[in-house]
Amino acid sequence: MEPFTKLTAVAVPIDMSNVDTDQIIPARFLALPREQAKLGLFHDIRRDAAKQLKPDFPPNRPEYAGAAILVAARNFGCGSSREHAVSVLKDNGFRAFVAPSFGDIFHNNCYQNGVLPIVVGEERAATLRALLAAQPGATMTVDLAAQTLAGPDGIVDKFPIDSFRKDCLLRGQDDISFTLGHAAEIAAFEAAHGRELSWL
Amino acid sequence: MAEALSLFEKIWRRHVVIARPDGYTLLHVDRQLLHDGSWQAFEKLAARGIKMRRPDRHFATPDHFTSTAAESIDAIDDPIRRRVVDAIVANTAREGVQLFGLGDPRRGIVHVVGPEQGITQPGLLMVCGDSHTATHGALGALAFGIGASEVAHVMATQAIWQKKPKTMRITVDGRLGPGIVAKDVILAIIARIGAGGGVGHVLEYAGAAIRGLSIEGRLTLCNMSIEAGARAGMVAPDEKTFAYLEGRPFAPKGDEWRKAMDFWRGLPSDPGAMFDAEVTLDGDAIAPMVTWGTSPEDAAPVTATVPDPSSYSDAVKQEGVRRALDYMGLKAGQKLTDIAVDRVFIGSCTNARIEDLRAAAAVAKGRRAVVRAWAVPGSGLVKRQAEAEGLDRIFRDAGFEWREPGCSMCVGMNGDTVDAGQRCASTSNRNFVGRQGPGARTHLMSPAMAAAAAVTGRFTDVRKLGAA
Repeated sequence: MEPFTKLTAVAVPIDMSNVDTDQIIPARFLALPREQAKLGLFHDIRRDAAKQLKPDFPPNRPEYAGAAILVAARNFGCGSSREHAVSVLKDNGFRAFVAPSFGDIFHNNCYQNGVLPIVVGEERAATLRALLAAQPGATMTVDLAAQTLAGPDGIVDKFPIDSFRKDCLLRGQDDISFTLGHAAEIAAFEAAHGRELSWL
Repeated sequence: MAEALSLFEKIWRRHVVIARPDGYTLLHVDRQLLHDGSWQAFEKLAARGIKMRRPDRHFATPDHFTSTAAESIDAIDDPIRRRVVDAIVANTAREGVQLFGLGDPRRGIVHVVGPEQGITQPGLLMVCGDSHTATHGALGALAFGIGASEVAHVMATQAIWQKKPKTMRITVDGRLGPGIVAKDVILAIIARIGAGGGVGHVLEYAGAAIRGLSIEGRLTLCNMSIEAGARAGMVAPDEKTFAYLEGRPFAPKGDEWRKAMDFWRGLPSDPGAMFDAEVTLDGDAIAPMVTWGTSPEDAAPVTATVPDPSSYSDAVKQEGVRRALDYMGLKAGQKLTDIAVDRVFIGSCTNARIEDLRAAAAVAKGRRAVVRAWAVPGSGLVKRQAEAEGLDRIFRDAGFEWREPGCSMCVGMNGDTVDAGQRCASTSNRNFVGRQGPGARTHLMSPAMAAAAAVTGRFTDVRKLGAA
């Protein structure tokens, strides 16, 4: 997993709450190899009934080309646990998501893929989306070590992140290699727990 | 005096392997359930050259990608889907994991199979790479959905890192009216707290109306916790739970049963246990519910009308409702009972158990479906039981299709889909844009309500349907 440290990039707004993972990547793309699944990003919601790209859906607009930051409304990534929702966004260049809240499983899946979910207040998220809509192509800067997010208005917000998740992202370390280092504790726990719940 | 603990807290504490000062906790996983979508996790493990730590704590069954036309691999008409279903056979054989495969009557939707086999038990910590894993909380387990990387992590370590969630108790007092079932209760809860209302929380459902639900009703209830944003939902185990479990294949037997019962009886939340949030609903006031929009929070009593976007104070929600009504082809003010349907789907991990099929069959009996309607049992054993009771006959006589077990039309990834622009009365759990197929319009409701829609061709208050 590549480390996440600092990122300055074009940010694209999506002004919809409860964007579920079926909208991020429809189910019919899930069994496909990663290269093809990538083409499924926002597949259905970015098109109209005639299957044409909607010009008013920001990720369709050329001004936002190369965006690596996505600013969403509340409960982004709710619904299904499909990790594709994160990996397909990543494969399309996104490295950080900003929203007032995220679906819990999506939120955890981000950390497993070296992608940073940033929670900001409801009002600040709305302001950022409005600014990005008014100045398409504007950039934002994320500094993970400092835990800061700079908006296109130059205002810098501090954001919270658990130190465990922060360390793993900064180092590019995933959970498996970290946990395997604790094999002795796991074995000791299993021995005691196995005596208590002996019927399992 | 001993500290008053919640059901959640008791299970959490018993599973802590490592507690870090920053709040992250490594929890032991008692049982992980796998399905045909878990191929990614097997690949991730294989790519690192790691074997599963405890294959004996894993149970697998294909459900997402299987065909409901026939119980065979050849019935899957797409080579990519066939490969995914084949993969679980090879992966579980290599690792030595118990598989309920195609042709095994125990095969079915993973969240139907777990409780049915007695794999799901009170006090266990269970995970699965599927967001509807909360289902298993109905038996008093702490169960939640995880992503593919985390599935691989559990395979490798039999443990998972979690930050402790907050707790929310949802108390439904009173008594449910005639014809009101668990599906109506959970849709009413989600309409109240919102699709994000439970984010970061584990829900405990309590109160007289919840105690009164059967185990199958509680499974429906907990199943949709994720649609309120909560990864886990639980009901304290009681005599109904123990009666349900006794004698099931993977439930403890003899002395072990008695030992387990001692443990299970200590699990319910202590009087005075504290919750981070409390929500109360009046069970008597819950009506049959139907969704009108593209989020499960867009639910209303069937007696209501389609809402006006301008009636919402929040601008993002206003725009969301406008977009939802446009997608759904509905107009503000339309009576829900005036909405005609094209398809009916009775099935999914939410509502494909025997009681669900009985409830739908009771409505279908002696009537005739006027639109294309499917009944898809949740497992081979549910199907067998339904056939022993003659329910398949009732459905077929009423013009329904009686299919093989699987996730089917809930999930739009196995060939069972609703056509663009078609409106489906569905007992599943998600009315998301495109969930049942591109352009499909999904309305969530109970099995009896879906059957009523099948025989009348429109949303119908099942309480007013009368005798056939």
